[in-house]
Amino acid sequence: MKAIEYLEHTADVKFRARGRSLEEAFENAGLAMLGAMIDPATVRAEETWPVEIEADSLEALLYDWLSEILYLFEVELAAFSKFEVEIEEGEGGWRLSGRIRGERVDPERHFFDTEVKAVTLHQFEIKKEAADGGDEIWTAQVVLDV
Amino acid sequence: MLNRVDDNIFEVPMGHQKGMRVPGRIFISDKLLAQVEPGTIDQVANVATLPGIVKYSMAMPDAHLGYGFPIGGVAAFREDGGVISPGGVGFDINCGVRMLRTDLFAKDAAPMISSLVDDLFHDVPSGVGAKGRLRVSEHELDEAFTRGAAWAVEAGYGVPEDLEHCEENGFMEGGKPDQVSLKARKRGRPQLGTLGSGNHFLEIQKVDRIFDEGIARRFGLSEGQITVMIHCGSRGAGHQICTDHLQVLSRAVRKYGIELPDKQLACAPLGTPEADNYFGAMAAAANYAWANRQIISAWTREVFERHFADAKLDLVYDVAHNVAKVEEHSVDGTMERLVVHRKGATRAFGPGRREIPEAYRDLGQPVIIPGSMGTPSYVLCGGEGAMRLTFGSACHGAGRIMSRTQAKKIYGGSEVKEALSRRGIKVMATHPKMLAEEAPEVYKPSDEVVEVVDQLDIARKVARVVPLGVSKG
Repeated sequence: MKAIEYLEHTADVKFRARGRSLEEAFENAGLAMLGAMIDPATVRAEETWPVEIEADSLEALLYDWLSEILYLFEVELAAFSKFEVEIEEGEGGWRLSGRIRGERVDPERHFFDTEVKAVTLHQFEIKKEAADGGDEIWTAQVVLDV
Repeated sequence: MLNRVDDNIFEVPMGHQKGMRVPGRIFISDKLLAQVEPGTIDQVANVATLPGIVKYSMAMPDAHLGYGFPIGGVAAFREDGGVISPGGVGFDINCGVRMLRTDLFAKDAAPMISSLVDDLFHDVPSGVGAKGRLRVSEHELDEAFTRGAAWAVEAGYGVPEDLEHCEENGFMEGGKPDQVSLKARKRGRPQLGTLGSGNHFLEIQKVDRIFDEGIARRFGLSEGQITVMIHCGSRGAGHQICTDHLQVLSRAVRKYGIELPDKQLACAPLGTPEADNYFGAMAAAANYAWANRQIISAWTREVFERHFADAKLDLVYDVAHNVAKVEEHSVDGTMERLVVHRKGATRAFGPGRREIPEAYRDLGQPVIIPGSMGTPSYVLCGGEGAMRLTFGSACHGAGRIMSRTQAKKIYGGSEVKEALSRRGIKVMATHPKMLAEEAPEVYKPSDEVVEVVDQLDIARKVARVVPLGVSKG
């Protein structure tokens, strides 16, 4: 399983993030998005930001999760390197409870490759596939506007 | 699979994709068409499936792969039965460009260019997550959302003449701050007066060629003159507004039973609350962007005045290239009110339109087309061809041909900077890394793109400007 794969797109950034669970796919999608902007290895997991999201579909949950990370990045001026989520399906939809860990941006140590403006819904997908040995793999496909 | 209609005009036939309501039209030369990805043509076809689309789903000669609409996409919808879609506007609502002309000439300004760029880089905040020098109140933020550049001028950033030389006179009616979320406000408040990053820039240029003496004189441009170009948009406020409303419109698609080939084309029928609210929020973001460019212009003037005591910088024009607007156009001989979406396309109204400032009305509007970093930009004049062929629209730039990932593999930021420096172009950026993906070679040559709109009389070439110094995020 390739956890994060960046695909060719002329003007924007497209990636697939995978996980052996839904949670892991969401976490890797967060990492893939941040990784499009900055090398996560340069970001220390010093502070924690909690995230709570409810959505009426799994797709909307993923969209809101990624959009929330971008929002926090911009208003907190923080970069992130660790993502942890728990996801539950309830009666009215889906619920995510997560923690994002990182640190405030330090221009001396943090160099940005690009700025992600937003998460698009173009070719947006989250799906479960059967893998070898009876496992299942969740894949999130996302195009970012940069 | 494309049919040639005429020189520089190709048709995407109805059969290209299931559900197309109109054919597609791509205004492009054979040479440029060869560089267009098949996905871009599919995106033109996708837009053609939207309800109420009029005549054609169009793409300009700088067309390339986007999300939802292609970049360079133009589509108009009937008020009755049509839709509005954030996929046709984009996240950077009213990303646009303005040009200021100075009363300086290259020979006098040359020794100062380096210092001017340093000061512009310092005085106009740029870069990822940059915060502005301003601390606006909640009330002032509302004013920016409703009255855009008009508010900025009243607040001391510029002169009333600036507004006359701005598309929409600096703001669109109908901006609804109550449709702007708390998140969008929190992102927007500290960023008013910032350039951003990516392809956004602030550039000092020199007019190096005049194509039409008469019109150039009327636009106040002559050879050797120093000009300044500002390219930026609505920053985090616009990105968040689009993000928020995209979700609402995705639900509207199910509610109103619209079938879409691409989820980013989420839309709502005109006249529904979802459509009205998106329009109000989009207009608020557009106004924020006009206020942003106006504030940056004021700081640019301050920098020039520090170097040249009596420097005078007048706005030539300001154009939006990511926006949806209600406009009147002739459809098969009858004037109709349409909602025109331009996604990476510039309005290019021909002579006589009342939307054009009086000073230019008999000529057509100035159309400002930025090149990529280090390549020429153009000033054109909107022509009759635009009114006949493209709902008054032209291309918006050079158009990417290479992905950012690919660009970074081939070019290093420092090398790009050095190469430009050897050509006498001074570049300031927050970090050289950001320069690699904007290397001049990743874009189509701007002169070829401009040639197509000139040949079709969409917009005629007036002047060419070349960069002397660039400040980037």
